[in-house]
Amino acid sequence: MAGESSLARTQERGAPTAAAGGDPAASAHVTIRGLTKRFTDAVVYDRFDLDIPRGKLVSVFGPNGCGKSTLINMIAGLIPTDAGEILFDGKPLRDIKFGYVFQNYREALFPWLRAIDNIQYPLKLMKLPKAERRARTERMVASLGVKIDLNRYPYELSGGQQQLVSIMRALVVEPQILFLDEPFSALDYEMTLFMRDQLQRIFVETGTTTVLVSHDLEEAVYLADRILLLSRRPACIADYVHYDAARPRTDATLSQHDFVSIKAHCLDVFQREVRKG
Amino acid sequence: MRRFDPYLPIIGVVGLIVVWYLAVWYQVVDPVLLPSPVDTFRALWNGMTGGRLGFDFMRTLERTILATLIAAAIAIPLGILLGASEKVYRSVEFVVDFFRSTPASAMFPLFLVLFGVGDKTKISVAAFGAALVILFNVAYGVMHARKTRLLAAKVMGASRIRVLTDVMLLESLPQTFVGLRNGVSLALVIVVVAEMFIGSTDGLGQRVFEAQQLFAMPDMYAAIFAAGGLGYGLNLLFLLVERQFVHWSGK
Repeated sequence: MAGESSLARTQERGAPTAAAGGDPAASAHVTIRGLTKRFTDAVVYDRFDLDIPRGKLVSVFGPNGCGKSTLINMIAGLIPTDAGEILFDGKPLRDIKFGYVFQNYREALFPWLRAIDNIQYPLKLMKLPKAERRARTERMVASLGVKIDLNRYPYELSGGQQQLVSIMRALVVEPQILFLDEPFSALDYEMTLFMRDQLQRIFVETGTTTVLVSHDLEEAVYLADRILLLSRRPACIADYVHYDAARPRTDATLSQHDFVSIKAHCLDVFQREVRKG
Repeated sequence: MRRFDPYLPIIGVVGLIVVWYLAVWYQVVDPVLLPSPVDTFRALWNGMTGGRLGFDFMRTLERTILATLIAAAIAIPLGILLGASEKVYRSVEFVVDFFRSTPASAMFPLFLVLFGVGDKTKISVAAFGAALVILFNVAYGVMHARKTRLLAAKVMGASRIRVLTDVMLLESLPQTFVGLRNGVSLALVIVVVAEMFIGSTDGLGQRVFEAQQLFAMPDMYAAIFAAGGLGYGLNLLFLLVERQFVHWSGK
C-alpha cells in the first residue's frame, strides 16, 4: 500500500518518528518530505516532514507568522514550494480531488452567482451534465441538513451562511481532503460556536481527511483528532498531539478533564515556542 | 422629517428658477441676454415637440450612442487583453495615459484629414476619446480583480481561460460600467463641440451655435437645456443598466 511504503521510506531516511507522526495503526493520507520554502526575508520551512493521517481532522496551531497558512497553501498548491515532495496516497496533487475554504468568504464566493450556482461551480468545471450537478448538490445539502435558501445571492446571506456555502462548494466535489484556512475568524463568537458544530457534523458525516488552520487554541483542540503545534520560523513540529474524545463533542466537552489537560499542554508548548523567539 | 427626503432635490431646481426670475425681474442682466424662464421653457417645449430642436436632439443622440458603441466594441476586448497581463499593460500604459490626457478636440484637424467633413469625423473623434476612457477602466477592473476570487477559481481547477471568462470578466464589470458612463459623457461633449465647429447642418451643438448667431436667446437656452437633459439622461440610462447587470456592485 502506498501509505505503508511512504512510512517505510520515512524510516529509511531516518526522519524523526515524532515529526512524521509514525503511528503505524493510522495510515498516512498525506506525506510531506523535505518541504522547503524561502521568502525573500526568511526561511519558513527547512526540510520539513509531516504525515497527515487518513480520515482525521488535523488542526494546525502556532505562533503568529510561523507559516500555518503557508503550510496548507503549499499542500493545496496555492503557492509553490522551493523543494520537497507532497504526496496524497503516493499521488501528486493534480491527480486528486480536494476542497479549500478561504478565511475571507466574502471574497472567495462569486457574488454574481446564486449560492446554489456557487456550490455547483466546481462541478461545472468538471464538465458534469446539469442533471448530475443538481443531483449531487441536492444529495449533499440533504445529508448535511443545511437550512439556507440557496437561491439567494451570497451578499443576501449572513457571514456564517456564506462560509457554510463556501464549505459546501469545497465538499460538493467529494474531495479526498479538505483544507480550511482560519474559516471562522471573520465571524462573531456566537456564529463561530455554531459553525464549529456545523463543521464537526460535516466531518462526522463525510469522514473526509481535514486540515484546519486555526488561531484559536480552544477551537483547534475541540475540533481535532490531532493538533499540529508549529514552532517559530523556520517552522518545525513542536508537538503533534492526539486528542481522542468521542464525537460529537459538545459544550460539556470543553470542561472535561482530558480536553482541559490537552489544551493546557498545547498552551505550554505554544508559550515555550513563543518565548524562544 | 424623513418622508420629505425624496423631494429635497426639487429645492435646488426651484431655487435656481426663483433666482433666475429675480434676475430677469430686476434686470440684473441685459434682458436680451437672459430671457425669462417662461420664454425659455416655451422655446424648449415647442422645439422638442415638433420643432427643429427635437430633430437636432435625436441627431446628437444618434452620434453619441454610435460613438460610444464603437468605442465599447473596441475598448472592452482590448482592455481585457491588457488587464489580463500586467506586463502588456505596463508596456502600453504610458501611451494610453498620454492620449487619454490629450484633449480630443485637438485631434479634429487630423480626423478631418482622415475622414473628411461629415458624420464620420465627428463620430470617430468621439469614439476615440471614449475608447481610451473605457479601455483604461476595463484594464484597471481586470487587473484589480480580487486575488482571493481568482485563487478560489484556480484551486477548484479552473484553467487560465476559465479564470478569465468566469471570474476576471465579471470582476471587472463594475469598473467597466464606470468607464462606459464616463465614456458616453465624453462622447457627448466631443460630438456637441464637433457639431458647432466642423461644418454641421444639424445636432444640438449646431443648434446652440446658430441660435447664438441669430441672437435667438430663448432658443439658445432651450438647446443648452436639451443638451443637459441628454447628458443627464444617458448617464441615468447607463446607471440603470448597471444596476440590472451588476446587481452585486458595492455589496
